[in-house]
Amino acid sequence: MSALATSGTVAASGYNFAYLDEQTKRMIRRAILKAIAIPGYQVPFASREMPMPYGWGTGGVQVTAAILGASDRLKVIDQGADDTTNAVSIRKFFEKTSGVATTTHTAEATIIQTRHRIPEKNLTADQVLVYQVPIPEPLRFLEPRETETRVMHALEDYGLMHVKLYEDIATHGHIATTYAYPVKVEDRYVMDPSPTPKFDNPKMNDCAALQLFGAGREKRIYALPPHTKVVSLDFDDHPFEPTKFDHACALCGATHTYLDEVITDDAGGRMFVCSDTDHCEERRAEGHRGALLGEAPAAIAGAAE
Amino acid sequence: MALARAFTDPVHGAQQTFRAVMNALARPGTLQPVDGLAEAPAPLSPVAGAIAVALADYETPLWLDAPLAAAPNVAAWLAFHTGARIITAPPQAAFALVADPAALPDLAGFALGSDIYPDRSTTLILQVADFAANTATSRLRLTGPGIKGHATLAVAGLPADIAERLAANQALFPRGVDLILAGPSAVAALPRTTRVTLVET
Ligand SMILES: [Zn+2]
Repeated sequence: MSALATSGTVAASGYNFAYLDEQTKRMIRRAILKAIAIPGYQVPFASREMPMPYGWGTGGVQVTAAILGASDRLKVIDQGADDTTNAVSIRKFFEKTSGVATTTHTAEATIIQTRHRIPEKNLTADQVLVYQVPIPEPLRFLEPRETETRVMHALEDYGLMHVKLYEDIATHGHIATTYAYPVKVEDRYVMDPSPTPKFDNPKMNDCAALQLFGAGREKRIYALPPHTKVVSLDFDDHPFEPTKFDHACALCGATHTYLDEVITDDAGGRMFVCSDTDHCEERRAEGHRGALLGEAPAAIAGAAE
Repeated sequence: MALARAFTDPVHGAQQTFRAVMNALARPGTLQPVDGLAEAPAPLSPVAGAIAVALADYETPLWLDAPLAAAPNVAAWLAFHTGARIITAPPQAAFALVADPAALPDLAGFALGSDIYPDRSTTLILQVADFAANTATSRLRLTGPGIKGHATLAVAGLPADIAERLAANQALFPRGVDLILAGPSAVAALPRTTRVTLVET
């Protein structure tokens, strides 16, 4: 392995570029190529220990580390925000180990690593979206045995999944699943979109960007090539309906975005604001104003005020 | 033969080559520029050599077609720069390097993966003469994942019956092989998902 062992060290840290050794990167890269060639299929890979706990996105971090190049510009979001602990620590990890440029602006990023959201702004052909996935197997809660779920995927045996969703309808009158809502990829594999809200499911379909999914603890990588058909499972009499909000964003007035309810004061004051903080700030910079923009605390309204 | 390092900058050279292959597989029919390794011993092409060095290692047995296998420098160079075993049985190949794609063996002779593990399949790296429209011997119309509507790909050097072979491969989905086409300065790819028809000329 002598020929490939050196260079690429980030002077400030002594790490190999993007932390992973070259052999590990090659192994992950090969898994990514297979994942792209078999959309929605979970490719096993030899997940490595990372200097952060599982649950902190080690699968997404490994995928990002394997694809990242010196000219990339990285954005990291958690629940739509760039400034949460998880997002900040991953962004700093890559700043330290790779020296690549980072950004909070969706449009400027070439790689976006995400936990729990897809940005509101349409992604482009020049971008890769990397998901941090805790549980990659959509059939896991129906069948705990990996050997069995593998066979179910091989046989396209997704009847149990439909039964589960139909039980939702019987119990609740509608499909109650709102996160990790299962999708079918190119009429073949049922796939877990990671714990994104079902509001984001339609964005996965025919997306211009490559979407890569990394599950560290469960050692799986899967992918959606650009412009792949991604359909949320549903029934003729109970079609899939993305979450709709009764409110507009209190800060930017948007009526088309995913909203988080936030507490504004000790007296129980609340408001609904965009979960995608970059999108919300960009809208305010363009002059959009929500009903409560003037009175929102700085901790919520952020620097855009 | 001098066996110096392959990429001048191994870390970034491998990353850039991988990223080109990734983009090519993610967007079938597009041409992704690759800086080839000029020192790759003939008949291994510089771009095919770069792809092999970027992706292969001791975990990935390599199969060589007759022209590559007949050139002793090729196997030695690949073994040195990748650590990969050179094997002769196509079903055991993680990667197959093909310098003469006109004599491409039966695709079904390579590893096709299983229904449960379709990823356990061979990736073929085919050296093609170029992607220029005026010299193309195959004009392919492509549809499938990674393609908005349809794409077209002009290639010189593929077998005349490539569309039939790829249709048979595509019909195996999710099993099947994936093709990486290494031109003189760029790479294109035809993953198993791509539906290929010949465009009449
Ligand atoms: Zn907003």
